[in-house]
Amino acid sequence: MSNLEDYKGVWVFIEQKEGKIAHVSLELLGAGRKLADKRGVPLAGILIGHQVKPLADEVFAYGADIVYLYDAPIFRHYRTETFMRAVIHCVETYKPEIFLYGATSTGKDLASAVATDLATGLTADTTMLDVDADTGLLEASRPAFGGNIMATILCKKDRPQMATVRPKVMKALEPQKGRTGTLIEETLSLGEEDIRTKVLEIVRDTEKKVRIDEADIIVAGGKGLGSKEGFQLIHQFAEVLGASVGASRDAVEAGWIDHHHQVGQTGVTVTPKIYFAIGISGAIQHIVGMHNSGLIIAINKDPNAAIFQSCHYGIVGDAFEIVPMLIEGFREALGKAEEVQYGGKV
Amino acid sequence: MLHIVACIKQVPDTKIIKMNPKTNTMDRASAPAILNPYDAHAVEEAVRLKQRYGGTVSVVTMGPPPAVKAIKKCIEIGADEGYLITDRAFAGADTLATSYSLTKALEKIGKILPIDLIICGKMTIDGDTGQVGPGIARRLDIPPLTSVKKVVEVNKEKGYAIVHRKLEDGYEVIQSTLPCLFSVEKEINEVPYSPLPNVIRAARYQPHIWSVDDLEGVDRTLLGLKGSPTIVAKVWPPEKPKGGEMLTGTPQEQASRILSLLLERKELFRDKEVTG
Ligand SMILES: Cc1cc2nc3c(=O)[nH]c(=O)nc-3n(C[C@H](O)[C@H](O)[C@H](O)COP(=O)(O)OP(=O)(O)OC[C@H]3O[C@@H](n4cnc5c(N)ncnc54)[C@H](O)[C@@H]3O)c2cc1C
Ligand SMILES: Nc1ncnc2c1ncn2[C@@H]1O[C@H](COP(=O)(O)O)[C@@H](O)[C@H]1O
Repeated sequence: MSNLEDYKGVWVFIEQKEGKIAHVSLELLGAGRKLADKRGVPLAGILIGHQVKPLADEVFAYGADIVYLYDAPIFRHYRTETFMRAVIHCVETYKPEIFLYGATSTGKDLASAVATDLATGLTADTTMLDVDADTGLLEASRPAFGGNIMATILCKKDRPQMATVRPKVMKALEPQKGRTGTLIEETLSLGEEDIRTKVLEIVRDTEKKVRIDEADIIVAGGKGLGSKEGFQLIHQFAEVLGASVGASRDAVEAGWIDHHHQVGQTGVTVTPKIYFAIGISGAIQHIVGMHNSGLIIAINKDPNAAIFQSCHYGIVGDAFEIVPMLIEGFREALGKAEEVQYGGKV
Repeated sequence: MLHIVACIKQVPDTKIIKMNPKTNTMDRASAPAILNPYDAHAVEEAVRLKQRYGGTVSVVTMGPPPAVKAIKKCIEIGADEGYLITDRAFAGADTLATSYSLTKALEKIGKILPIDLIICGKMTIDGDTGQVGPGIARRLDIPPLTSVKKVVEVNKEKGYAIVHRKLEDGYEVIQSTLPCLFSVEKEINEVPYSPLPNVIRAARYQPHIWSVDDLEGVDRTLLGLKGSPTIVAKVWPPEKPKGGEMLTGTPQEQASRILSLLLERKELFRDKEVTG
């Protein structure tokens, strides 16, 4: 049990890789800013790595008042053992009341180890955050039981209150260039001989990266496409639109497309400007991953499909009839628009 | 000879489960209890490593008495021994209290036969946190290797393991000393149908069942609800976006309507090269 009075301030773990801050960390600075303002406490980022000091400016620009920096060769690659020690050292020294991490593989790995060591509460995969201005109690809400319910989790007696937060659900602030804050550089006496793990190699995917979480337009297909061949229709439509391809879990499990494309609770959360759900029934686990999209258009042959409860426009029909019409129509319309544009230029 | 212990949990099948709309609680009777699907991959990987290097595979679970069934499922997959820790004192545990109880069980199992490697699933489909595995590793002070999608080597003689850890954009090859803990991804293996002899053995198998009193050096304040820093304050049904407009007319007319919606957002397509 912690002496609650001793803990002040909201922290965000700044995840970075090769000198680039993960977008989720910027989103958490946005969310953390709101919590900190409501409480009237500072917002801090904790930045760990090798030669990452220049990133501090970006952390300030996105809303932090303080950056705690651990910069040393031993932190070159993320390792639970080294990062955990830095974070624990920092928490024990400066005592935050709230501490947020991205729910990425790194963020979850780190937060789990830290929470166990500090014997404090950690809420996983949070999608909503709020704080009680007076008591400082963090209300972290998340989907539970396979997305069947939402639950609000509290950590009343221990500090810091920790949560991992899903990427793409919080909003980053507009960066303010030139905004500054306090940079606190810390060191840790930690030698390679104290560490039991070694990163031997990092292999990046060479094939074109699928980052559907960053796409403006997503065409997603489900089990309704019937087969791997049928699923080609989704690829074709996506290609003419310049869209990314998404999929339901059942389409992924059928082996029609790689897991990286899966949208939903156990896949990626997406917020494109346009989302097509084609041959997808609209299970809650899928909906939670896409319902914040700007415009959701569903095509399904079953008029009672749940997806129609969760879309802006719905078409009851056969994907194999409607989608080819859309492909043709779009090609034509865009072709014409370009002609007019070029014609007008001369 | 390796001793590998897989941590497994019996869970309600959340895919079929029904919720009680009045209380927002699970109607447990509506869903069959199954071996957490991710944990089946943990057991399978342990069994494959046993086949490769020789040794023993044990499984451990914390849960109510019917969890014996999940242990039997693991015996079918090829585990040798199963341990169930069950006690009212464990009830209501969050991830911190769960990792504590399991650590106590693992310490006791380690006294029977020293443990080289612990394997957990990526997550449970009911708890859905992925926090218990790394929590156990921290408590035992052994390295946690999460997101493991391939085991390259486990070398007991030289005391190390090498695995591939899945990253958002690739993977890393990481080496750790033994003992250590893996949390494995689903893609690490496929769980085949169980061979008949295993099924027969599972039917007869009686797991070791321990209560709190059977464990050593337990601080009871760290168990169950009491030992859980987090509480569930409120549950509610997830909000779904309101149903929108259903288009009418011939398929051609409906398609035209969608096209005009797209073309209203022309700026999204500006950089696109048009083919055809
Ligand atoms: C813990 C847990 C996590 C999960 N995580 C995810 C997740 O992250 N993402 C996810 O998507 N799911 C997830 N699921 C699975 C989810 O519950 C559903 O099973 C899944 O989304 C269904 O996929 P589907 O809509 O493609 O398939 P189905 O439910 O089989 O739906 C296919 C639809 O296609 C329609 N159809 C058939 N033929 C045509 C045609 N010719 N033209 C038009 N429509 C047609 C049918 O009417 C039907 O509605 C999860 C489940 C659990 C329990
Ligand atoms: N009650 C339990 N008994 C045994 N192992 C568990 C239990 N709960 C979780 N685990 C292990 O920890 C992993 C992660 O679980 P969770 O943190 O609940 O998502 C699971 O895949 C199991 O390997």
